[in-house]
Amino acid sequence: MRALPTLARLAALALLAAFLMRPDWFEPVFRPLTENGAPAIYNQGSLLGLTLAHLGLVALATAGATALAVALAILVTRPFGAEFLPLSRALVNIGQTFPPVAVLALAVPAVGFGATPTLIALFLYGLLPIFENTLTGLTTLSPAVVEAAKGTGMTATQRLARVELPLAAPVILAGIRLSVVIGLATATIGSTVAAKTVGEVIIAGLLSNNLAFVLQGGLIVAVLAVLIYDGFTALGRVAGRWSGGTS
Amino acid sequence: MIELEHVSKRYGETEVVSDVTLTVPPRSIAAIVGTSGSGKTTLLRMINRLVEPSAGTIKLDGVDHRSVPPHELRRRIGYVIQGHGLFPHRTVAQNIATVPALLGWPRAKTKARVDELLTLFQLDPAEFAARYPHELSGGQQQRVGVARALAAGPNLLLMDEPFGALDPIIRAKAQADLLSLQARLGTTIILVTHDIEEAVLLGHRIAVMDAGRVLQYAPPSEILARPATPFVEALVGTGERPFKLLSLKPVAEAVEQGIVEGEPIAASATQRDALAALLWSGRPALPVQSAEGVIIGKVTVAGLSKRAARPE
Amino acid sequence: MATPDRPRPSFDKLGLVIGIVAAAAAGAPFATFRANRIVPGEGRAIWEALPAGWATALLLVVAGAALVAMLRSPAPARLAAALAALATLALLIGTAAHHLTPPDNAYARVAPASGFWLLGFAFALLAADALTRLQLSATARIAALAAVAAAIWLLLALGAWDGLSLLKEYANRADRFWAEGARHLALALGSLAAAIVAGIPLGILCHRVSGLRDAVLNLLNMIQTIPSIALFGLLIAPLGWIAANLPGASVIGIRGIGAAPAALALFLYSLLPMVANTVVGLAQVPAAANDAARGMGMTARQRLTRIELPLALPVILAGIRIVLVQNIGLATIAALIGGGGFGVFVFQGLGQTAMDLVLLGAVPTVALAFAAAILLDAAVELTAAPGSRV
Repeated sequence: MRALPTLARLAALALLAAFLMRPDWFEPVFRPLTENGAPAIYNQGSLLGLTLAHLGLVALATAGATALAVALAILVTRPFGAEFLPLSRALVNIGQTFPPVAVLALAVPAVGFGATPTLIALFLYGLLPIFENTLTGLTTLSPAVVEAAKGTGMTATQRLARVELPLAAPVILAGIRLSVVIGLATATIGSTVAAKTVGEVIIAGLLSNNLAFVLQGGLIVAVLAVLIYDGFTALGRVAGRWSGGTS
Repeated sequence: MIELEHVSKRYGETEVVSDVTLTVPPRSIAAIVGTSGSGKTTLLRMINRLVEPSAGTIKLDGVDHRSVPPHELRRRIGYVIQGHGLFPHRTVAQNIATVPALLGWPRAKTKARVDELLTLFQLDPAEFAARYPHELSGGQQQRVGVARALAAGPNLLLMDEPFGALDPIIRAKAQADLLSLQARLGTTIILVTHDIEEAVLLGHRIAVMDAGRVLQYAPPSEILARPATPFVEALVGTGERPFKLLSLKPVAEAVEQGIVEGEPIAASATQRDALAALLWSGRPALPVQSAEGVIIGKVTVAGLSKRAARPE
Repeated sequence: MATPDRPRPSFDKLGLVIGIVAAAAAGAPFATFRANRIVPGEGRAIWEALPAGWATALLLVVAGAALVAMLRSPAPARLAAALAALATLALLIGTAAHHLTPPDNAYARVAPASGFWLLGFAFALLAADALTRLQLSATARIAALAAVAAAIWLLLALGAWDGLSLLKEYANRADRFWAEGARHLALALGSLAAAIVAGIPLGILCHRVSGLRDAVLNLLNMIQTIPSIALFGLLIAPLGWIAANLPGASVIGIRGIGAAPAALALFLYSLLPMVANTVVGLAQVPAAANDAARGMGMTARQRLTRIELPLALPVILAGIRIVLVQNIGLATIAALIGGGGFGVFVFQGLGQTAMDLVLLGAVPTVALAFAAAILLDAAVELTAAPGSRV
């Protein structure tokens, strides 16, 4: 009975695409939420453009965060960097107590307004779940498997590329998934520091007391988050198909 | 031929392997037996340099094993560990092809070799090649583990408690399969076990280890008949010893002339099984039947008793 | 022939990193001077920002602590060096503010600059590393948190930082600060309390009724993936409708905009960790313990209160930790829908490009979340300890 959820997702994607391309079609839906003849559809910019900018920001930050976090996690799990392992665990624990909004707000004094502080905040906050999950994936490998990889004569690099990373991939993907979902939300707040994101629509609604704007901005981000979350879940299932789907 | 000369391993102040010298002749099985912490696994892992010896030399066919980089050495030596250590994210065929892939074999040669090995281990390639390890039974996983170790045709196979995770019935079958495989391929095998029964069954020679030292290195009959130290004697188990001695030899070697009544015993059965059958039947003697079904003589309680007695 | 033990390298890798960062930071601007609160600032290096004597003292302390970090020194020595450096930094940034501000100038602003932050970061790293190596017990960690809090309180009470721009922002709106702080805590703790009251029974129910478990957890998971600002916004509509159409609703404070949707959103986010952790905690109660309890004649209710819940407590507390830290952070967003809290200063500050105001909101939020994490981590450890001593 996999068909129903898949259909629901496809329908959600189609609806989202239609809304971004032709928002005016949906005008009657949002009309009842407005007062005093206020516009029912966001009219201060293109919804599609904002959504793409939003996604681009999250994608760029997550890609950077993934590269750095995975590299760092690999480093501290090698003999050379083992000294840093306990500290890096503690730092991840501490780092995750920093609220995303605070990270965003604290980036502004350093780099000013615009997309840059948002990018930095998304990047920094995105590092933590990916680093933590990569660390978990690389340190909880079955000792028998690691031993076997050594015993078959793989070099350290071959072990990493052929055994350790593929086995950790589902856990790493779960970390990236979490990063992306948090990033989508944090990017929304990014519009308070003048980054071009869907948050603009919500903020405009909050400022002009226009619930229609708030709802459409919220819905776009929510549907995006759910779809992307599902996409990563499916990807994780492919990466972990060898486990018999138990993870 | 594997030669260990004065091999030791120290971790800080503790010496886990002390001055071990032993030679494993080609095409034979050496079993290293000892309690946990006796250093037997460390000794094994020094042969393929998963552990570097602190002192001494190890020679494979006369060449110091430190003359090649560790990973190249390991590709030439099969390695089987307890719980098989199969790569869960790779199919059975990919697992078996691990070392051929590392050695850069052509695809067709690798595939032919994988199919050959699967067939050898009674696993139908069409059915099993594409499966993931978690889709196999414990016995099948163990066989794939051995097949992977043999993929590149190594002269030497190291096995660390290879049957430890199997239940008794499957273990007996796996042990028998290993014996016939070794007889067929002529691979030299060094096998680590804590189970003296297994060592007696599989080993052409047995090394008994305790606290890092090899206390005795001899053929099983010698270990059973003349244990070198009280520790070896305790390990062998005095109560069971006569039966273990009998289990080493086939009935064929204990056949006496004469014709008797009763259920015939196969000449290939062990003398221990023959004694059990005699005692159970209540008869002093039973006929012995060759593989072709011909009665070739009898086996007697008195004859077996003599063979089970402490050798002079 | 034995291979001799390799001599340990005499340098600490992390210490080298700290040393390099400290060396770079010592030359970077220590404090920023601005003629008023919104113009861009000019950096002042340590020797410009401090009287010569103090500047020398600071550089000496920094060099000494960096040296301790770079050598392979014992953890207590490293901790002492880190704390000494951090305390000196904390004291002298206040001194720098007094030194740089012209007399009788109420508009000038002095704030810590990159050099200060980098030095602080480097030695905080050293302190964190030393604390990790010391493996403090739960009670010792709480004591350390209390000591740090007391030290900061003392610095504030003595007015050591009064010259800093952040404290000037505070002085201008002290009443508002405490009011928003109270609101922030009320939002975070209130929604936590509601989530505990609703989430634990729901978790117990999900544990007992396996068909319910997947449905509830999936729904809560879905809510969790909806970005906060969106959920806050989305709740405005239904609550606004309730306020307009349900007599008496607006009298008790339910309005579309304000604290009500914020509290409701935080509550909804809190449910997943509470329910999921209760389910996991109950599921990991050993079947043998439950069987034994049943064998001794305990009723289902007695088993729940005497066996299952006590054994599940550490996991449930871990859920409370997640919720509290998350709520303290998310409550900042409430300001966007008029819900109050420290977010008011953050977003006002962003609106006015007054970074000190942003910090006035962000710093206490981070501090609260940090303290909550340490306290609840310790609580998890303390409740888990008797069971883990097998």
